[in-house]
Amino acid sequence: MTDLQATNTIKTTCAYCGVGCGIEAKVNPLTRDVSVTGDKAHPANFGRVCSKGSSLGETIDLSSRLLHPFIGDEQVHWDQALDEVATRFSQIIAEHGPDAVAFYGSGQLLTEDYYVANKLMKGFIGSGNIDTNSRLCMSSAVSGHKRAFGTDTVPNCFEDLELADLVVITGSNMAWCHPVSYQRIRAAKSNNPNMKVVVIDPRRTDTCDIADLHLPIAAGSDVALFNGLLNYLVEGQYIDHEFVESHTEGFAEAVAASQADGAALAAIASETRLSERDLATFYSWFAETDKTVTAYSQGVNQSSSGVDKVNAIINCHLATGRIGKPGSGPLSMTGQPNAMGGREVGGLATTLAAHLEFNIDGDRDRVGRFWNTTTLAQGPGLPAVDLFDAIADGKVKAVWIMATNPVVSLPNADKVKKALQQCPFVVVSDCVAQTDTMALAHVKLPAQGWSEKDGMVTNTERRISHQRALLPAAGEAKPDWWILSRVGQRLGFEEAFNYQHQVEVFREHAALSGFENTQAQRLRDFDISALADISLADYNNFEPTQWPINAAYPNGKTRFFCDGQFYTPSRKGQFLALRAKPPENPTCADYPLVLNTGRLRDQWHTMTRTALAPRLNQHKPEPFVEVHPIDAKQYGLTDGSLAELSSKWGKMYARVNITDKQQPGDIFVPMHWTEQLASAGRMGSLVNPVVDPISAQPESKHTPVAITAYQAQWHGFVLSRQTLTNSTIDYQVKVPCQGYLRYELADVSADRPNINWAKQWLSETYPNLNWQYVDDPQHGVLRVAGYQANVLMCVMCIAPGPQTSVLPERNFLSSLFAKPSLSEVERLALLSGLPTAGAEDTGAQVCACFNVGEKTIRKAITDNALTTYQEVGKCCKAGTNCGSCVPEIKTILASIAEPQPA
Amino acid sequence: MRKERLVVIGNGMAGMKAVEELLEAKPDYYDITIFGAEPYGNYNRIMLSPVLCGEKTIDEIMINDRQWYKDNHITLHAGPDKQVVSINRRRRLVESRDGTSARYDRLLIATGSKPFIIPFPGHKLDGVIAFRDIFDVNTMLSYAASKQHAVVLGGGLLGLEAANGLRQQGMDVTVVHNCATLLNRQLDSTAADLLQTEFESRGIQFKMAAETKELIGDKSGHVTQVTFADGSELPCDLFVMAVGVKPNFELAQQAGLHCERGIVVNDTLQTFDPSIYAVGECVQHRGQTFGLVAPVFEQAKVCANHLSGHGVAEYKMLPTATKLKVSGINMFSVGDFNGDAGCELIEFHDQQLNVYKRLVLRDNTLVGAVLYGDTKDGSWYQSLLESQQNLASIRSMLIFGQHYADVFAQEMTDSPMPEVA
Repeated sequence: MTDLQATNTIKTTCAYCGVGCGIEAKVNPLTRDVSVTGDKAHPANFGRVCSKGSSLGETIDLSSRLLHPFIGDEQVHWDQALDEVATRFSQIIAEHGPDAVAFYGSGQLLTEDYYVANKLMKGFIGSGNIDTNSRLCMSSAVSGHKRAFGTDTVPNCFEDLELADLVVITGSNMAWCHPVSYQRIRAAKSNNPNMKVVVIDPRRTDTCDIADLHLPIAAGSDVALFNGLLNYLVEGQYIDHEFVESHTEGFAEAVAASQADGAALAAIASETRLSERDLATFYSWFAETDKTVTAYSQGVNQSSSGVDKVNAIINCHLATGRIGKPGSGPLSMTGQPNAMGGREVGGLATTLAAHLEFNIDGDRDRVGRFWNTTTLAQGPGLPAVDLFDAIADGKVKAVWIMATNPVVSLPNADKVKKALQQCPFVVVSDCVAQTDTMALAHVKLPAQGWSEKDGMVTNTERRISHQRALLPAAGEAKPDWWILSRVGQRLGFEEAFNYQHQVEVFREHAALSGFENTQAQRLRDFDISALADISLADYNNFEPTQWPINAAYPNGKTRFFCDGQFYTPSRKGQFLALRAKPPENPTCADYPLVLNTGRLRDQWHTMTRTALAPRLNQHKPEPFVEVHPIDAKQYGLTDGSLAELSSKWGKMYARVNITDKQQPGDIFVPMHWTEQLASAGRMGSLVNPVVDPISAQPESKHTPVAITAYQAQWHGFVLSRQTLTNSTIDYQVKVPCQGYLRYELADVSADRPNINWAKQWLSETYPNLNWQYVDDPQHGVLRVAGYQANVLMCVMCIAPGPQTSVLPERNFLSSLFAKPSLSEVERLALLSGLPTAGAEDTGAQVCACFNVGEKTIRKAITDNALTTYQEVGKCCKAGTNCGSCVPEIKTILASIAEPQPA
Repeated sequence: MRKERLVVIGNGMAGMKAVEELLEAKPDYYDITIFGAEPYGNYNRIMLSPVLCGEKTIDEIMINDRQWYKDNHITLHAGPDKQVVSINRRRRLVESRDGTSARYDRLLIATGSKPFIIPFPGHKLDGVIAFRDIFDVNTMLSYAASKQHAVVLGGGLLGLEAANGLRQQGMDVTVVHNCATLLNRQLDSTAADLLQTEFESRGIQFKMAAETKELIGDKSGHVTQVTFADGSELPCDLFVMAVGVKPNFELAQQAGLHCERGIVVNDTLQTFDPSIYAVGECVQHRGQTFGLVAPVFEQAKVCANHLSGHGVAEYKMLPTATKLKVSGINMFSVGDFNGDAGCELIEFHDQQLNVYKRLVLRDNTLVGAVLYGDTKDGSWYQSLLESQQNLASIRSMLIFGQHYADVFAQEMTDSPMPEVA
């Protein structure tokens, strides 16, 4: 009862994508039980949650958490760890200058964390070297916004997805990546028969389920598509001339450039691999639908021409005056829960803070004065890919990685791994103990996890929400802002980092946003100065609000730019003159296929949290590659087998999924798998380290690759209650499931595991099991089960070849882990992989020669009114061979003949 | 019209099975006379072990009592005096020790086998017996009531059953076996080890790979000790020899029938004298002699088929399955359980349940099977072995038994593998 009484309900925000759903968590601090439902009052989701969000309660288990600071493998006190970080950073700064150190942050950090990180690096250490995984995600949108609007402003909001009559979803599998927004569109569409949805994506994703038109565009050809649209709008006289003339600049040049690209539909069709008819349909729908929203995400951003793609989209919206209006405008769908917050504080190496810029006169001085520092960074630092190249080159000698996993997520990830291996000093602060990046850390700092952190996040539509702590910090975990400011103090900046509570950080952030923020001084979009003096109570009770939050808009503002006022010096929106250009690395004879990468419905980033929720691992349990049937045939791949993918930069293994949702020549792999779960499933190894020249965002959606069948000599799986020790098996994927883990195995070596090897490997995890096995060595079949008494602890099944042999059903074997112990019948059946349910209960065996059970005999006697054992023998063969059971049959006959006592 | 006269020498399982089959096929064809040296009706000899254990009574293992003979109008001459001592083939007349005689038109010899007695020094001492009939069982039971030390020579089926029975009756029992593994003609070493461990847990001791040297007796001529070639010795009040049987064919030989290691019969169980048939452990068929019930019953069926004038059946030697009649121990063996270089093995072993299965295949047909602990699929394996069907399609399920193979085969039929695009 005490447990029940201890349950309280806390409103907070989801840990995952940029929709930033509000959730209500029912929390029992004693048991750490958390269950999650959608917050009906939150404007981002109105009570909806997706599969990931609703499983949040399953991800806060402490088993995978980093709970204490470590220097090397030695657990230390916080003071020692912080001293070590400060000392090494100081030494390196003193010896090699501030640009020899760097921070690499994350859209998972809260705004307060991010603010302190940025302030420490740019303001006091004095280097621009703080970049973030948002570089992989949103930086093309940021640059595109800045080029067009003068600031990184998202003009529209989620409601516009519902108000629109045409929603163009481009470069986004919104059904999986922003499921709640997708559900809002689906619901709006069913309420509005005029509403149309166009999905532009090389893949026929689940998002296409609501599409009236799917354009399977050739990877990277978006600028051609939207330049074509701009031409179409010009030629069909769909231009909002009044808006263009009054509020924009560069229209004529933009049109000229797009015409130079080839205005004819046929040319665009050939460039984009689309049919003229589909193009014409899309163009006419766009032209004729005033309420049009173009929602875009990584398919646009992750490109060597990502910024141009963003501006190509914005050009069309500026040309039609459809921006910042209810139901019309461009909408960048942010990937991470606080990527927007990171952009606000200046978490990217290329900006300063609070939407102040290195390249705008006066901004450096402004920030320097506000922070009261003399060591402000002179200019931009290194963006992510360059940063890790600089680490590899030895120019950056100390890096502090926070809440992200670049060894998995960056392009050319094997090089990143090597760079960190040779980096003199690597600090990683994270809530997870074992990640591919944490494995390379010299100092490991335990950060609070989602359920413990408290601070602000900003979602896709500029809505600031309070993410609240549900539970006390686990172990010695600390907030990231605390860790950073304690290091800042140790670096000699006591005054500037003397924060005692996150609200103090937030107030300072809000104050900076309003600092000299007027038309006369330096006008910026981002202004939350109304919160500069927010009380702790108001901070704690903060209701989700879209910025700006200032004197003019104390309750926030839904849309920007409907007044035609932009933040460029001229206050006019800027058209960009754009020319389509293909992805940097073309396919070639050696690497003939285009690799696309992306998210899955039920996983998040590098799976450190989602993989803890068994039900999220069932949808797609293994790294896979989607291949069109034509390509599968050409490269000798069969569905469900394994393939080796290789590029100039690395290789990975993946399970082949043959599907015509993929275009011929294009293949797709999910971005999530790490070495913690898969021996060779890191897609980052393959991805080319090509970046957009403006945004420095990598071209993760286009890498030339080759694919071949993985020549497995044997394959199999292990189901185990406990995590197994590492093995030398070539292909090994771990899938956490409910109550057990599943390992998928394969190897190219002809040495099939034998029973002794299997026992030895499994015994490293389970020292005292009793074993059961089936061995058919000539056919390469081995099945081994280990028990503690009658409790199944692990089961291994091995079959020869890549896919030729039949392995038992994993589902049936999995179901046995739910049982506290197994009956003898179940145990004997287990390795067959077939459920015992179908086995008729024939009773205790009577006739051993013909395996006739007592129940069978009784039934034969009663059904046929038999009276002698000879008759019984004729009926069911019992007793007709050796006759040993004849006495028993006689006894059974006698027992039936006797009238039963009443 | 006078009925044909059938005389049967031997009132054991083989002879009586033939008579039963004959009565079934042609009830009134013969006047039947049966001679038996044991003073009973017909009993199930292979059930002597449960009698020794006290699990069954003599009455319970009787197949046909004297009333049955009367009911079927069979003349039964049973008892030591009724042992047939001569066959006069010219006169078609048999005669027993007490002079009882009977004429025949057809004669069936089913004299069975005699236990093999190794002539060690001392093998004729009191307390040295075989394990063959009710008399032997009664002897063992009386020893168990008053004596302590039993030594059973022979780690085969009969020896283990005797040892188990004597142990059940409270004696200290040691099994002496000349090989390193028990049941070495039926089991591979893994199964044999499991079996030995099980017997040891029941308190039976083993002296393996042992060569018996001598039986030593006391002044009254009763065995007291066994000595071995390695110099060791065991106290012994009862010495049971269970080292096999030899066909009992002296009578036939005396009658001039062709005998080698047994009475030589053809595929219809006919001897070299067309009016004389022979079945059971006394015969030699295509060079083989017999010691297990299944082939003997098969012979009886074929023989009855010919005696009844149908004359179409042929006896075909098939691999014979063996089982151990010891409660709580399930063991089954059929065919070639070792296999040769061209063979493939499938094994199942459950350490805790003490279940072990070993299948030997050649070109996806079954050539041998050993089951220990879980023998319910023994007859299925035997039928697969006999039919020599190709098992490729169910090979993955074979070791799990008939039910799983059937379910699997059904699933394969219901949902054929999808065609590869």
